[in-house]
Amino acid sequence: MLEIAGLSVSFGQYVGGFRRRDIPVLNDVDLDVDAGELLAVVGSSGSGKSLLAHAVMGLLPENAVVRGRISYGGRTLDESLLRKLRGRELALVPQGVSYLDPLLRAGKQALGRQRGLAAKKRVRSVFRRFGLAEQAEEMYPHQLSGGMARKVLVSTAALGGARFVIADEPTPGMEPESAAEALQALRELADGGCGVLLITHDIEAALKVADRVAVLYAGEVVETAAAGEFEGTGKVLRHPYSRALWQALPANGFRALPGVQPSPAETASCCSFAARCPIAAQECAAGKPPLRKLRGGAVRCWVAE
Amino acid sequence: MEKLSFSALLRFVLLKLARLGLLLAAVSAAAFALVSYSPIDPVQAYIGADVMRVGAEQRAAIAAYWGLDEPPLARFFRWASALAGGDMGTSLIYRQPVADVIGERFWGSLLLMAAAWLLSGVIGFTAGIVAAMNRGRLVDRIVRWYCCTLASTPSFWLAMLFLMVFGVWLGWFPVGLAVPAGALAAEVDWLDRLRHLALPALTLSAVGIAPVALHTREKLLDVLDSDYILFARSRGESGIRLVRRHGLKAALLPALTLQFAGFSELFGGAVLAEQVFSYPGLGRAAVEAGVRGDVPLLMGIVLFSALFVFTGNLLADIMTRLIDPRVRERGMPK
Repeated sequence: MLEIAGLSVSFGQYVGGFRRRDIPVLNDVDLDVDAGELLAVVGSSGSGKSLLAHAVMGLLPENAVVRGRISYGGRTLDESLLRKLRGRELALVPQGVSYLDPLLRAGKQALGRQRGLAAKKRVRSVFRRFGLAEQAEEMYPHQLSGGMARKVLVSTAALGGARFVIADEPTPGMEPESAAEALQALRELADGGCGVLLITHDIEAALKVADRVAVLYAGEVVETAAAGEFEGTGKVLRHPYSRALWQALPANGFRALPGVQPSPAETASCCSFAARCPIAAQECAAGKPPLRKLRGGAVRCWVAE
Repeated sequence: MEKLSFSALLRFVLLKLARLGLLLAAVSAAAFALVSYSPIDPVQAYIGADVMRVGAEQRAAIAAYWGLDEPPLARFFRWASALAGGDMGTSLIYRQPVADVIGERFWGSLLLMAAAWLLSGVIGFTAGIVAAMNRGRLVDRIVRWYCCTLASTPSFWLAMLFLMVFGVWLGWFPVGLAVPAGALAAEVDWLDRLRHLALPALTLSAVGIAPVALHTREKLLDVLDSDYILFARSRGESGIRLVRRHGLKAALLPALTLQFAGFSELFGGAVLAEQVFSYPGLGRAAVEAGVRGDVPLLMGIVLFSALFVFTGNLLADIMTRLIDPRVRERGMPK
């Protein structure tokens, strides 16, 4: 349904006045999401997750340089197609309360461009489904709690009749039950035939609802795996970073990986994970590994087998 | 949730009234102190060219008649207690009750200021919106260029420029006064009044456009860069409708605040414009009262203009509360 092939995003920046430099943030990203499928993209902050969402929606700032191909339903997702799909087939669930207009009541925002009594009734029923009281419709964003605001944002996707939903960190700040509900709502959308791209740093929560998981590191997809492969000590996983991410969870040993995530610019010609990798070999510093198919998934690693 | 309780409203009104009382007391004391140290001798200013024919005794008699022989503090309290009784005193130069002079002159100024206020507000706001929606393009550059030029131009100089170009060279508008010179009141129609109003109003509004336009532009640019505009665009909103739905209200806030809180600048500008165009308004009366030592009239105008500016600020305050739900809650607890 949605196919992303070789997507790179960089930002033009002027250094020292006149010299223009491109700062890469996403590098050669390959992803695909089928109808009825929920793909979770996980990665720590700074890995370029939000920009991935904005790139698909065609909402990057003007100084962004985009390369690669994004197609939707077999057609290239360009500005003219986006104009037809945004707010209809294609919906974004953004991060938090700052994405709500501070001067507009929640009910009105959820309505969006829709008008009429029927639409209002739909808002009410969707709000109820996510556990938002009727009064929430009349509230201004600053009166909503973080969790309520996220629920309002999630309801916008359910309301628009979207066929493809991109959810960008929809759960932080929600109470665990609400977060589970919001994710469950995304799952239901997928079960109803929608394609869902869930962007999150919360691997644990994502695994409960996702079909597949793509791991993002320093602007690159380092692995795509089935959700079920994240289990035990994580030895079925293909990439050492995925394993480290999994083992860093409290339930799986709570082992933090030393070092920090580099910026994509620093690792343009080597494996971006080489500096922190426990199994790095000589070739890892010499060239960037391509994303290759491996055991039903994909991995960007010279060593993995 | 946004219904205001009666007690909260009462508190708001009482607080504002107390502030107004304090303000007026402070302003009148300061103005009186300044006037009493002024080098202008009201008797001398009153006599004017007849100085050779008026003897020392007569001067003393005039001074006594006006109560100028008393010490300043005593005069201030006498004036204040009369004011408390509703009597603003009698103007020395117009020989009319101060309240009447202000009432009559204010209508001329009000017309001028209202015209300038509306023009600058509407044009400034529109220009700001258009500039922000076309950020970096030619329209935006023209608006910014205009605003920066006008903002650094003294209004009296601009007034003289307009007077020269439109009044003298082109002859489109009369060079001064509020009605044709020598015409009877019955012969003056509204078209004449409008023609006389045009140049001073134009001057005042040309200067007033700049701050409104620049603030509106800045605010709308902030809004357009915000997360919630990004989200609105992700939902298919775009163009003018996007701005109307999410930008106008937000951009209206600084513009309205600026326009209402700018009553002081409006009044100050009117004083200068009226002077240049010999337009008989409150501003000119203020200048005359100052130059000729007409203390009761000057004090009256000072009080009146303080009240005028206070009203503007109050209106700005109320407007902000009406438009922005966040301020509404902070300012008036439920």
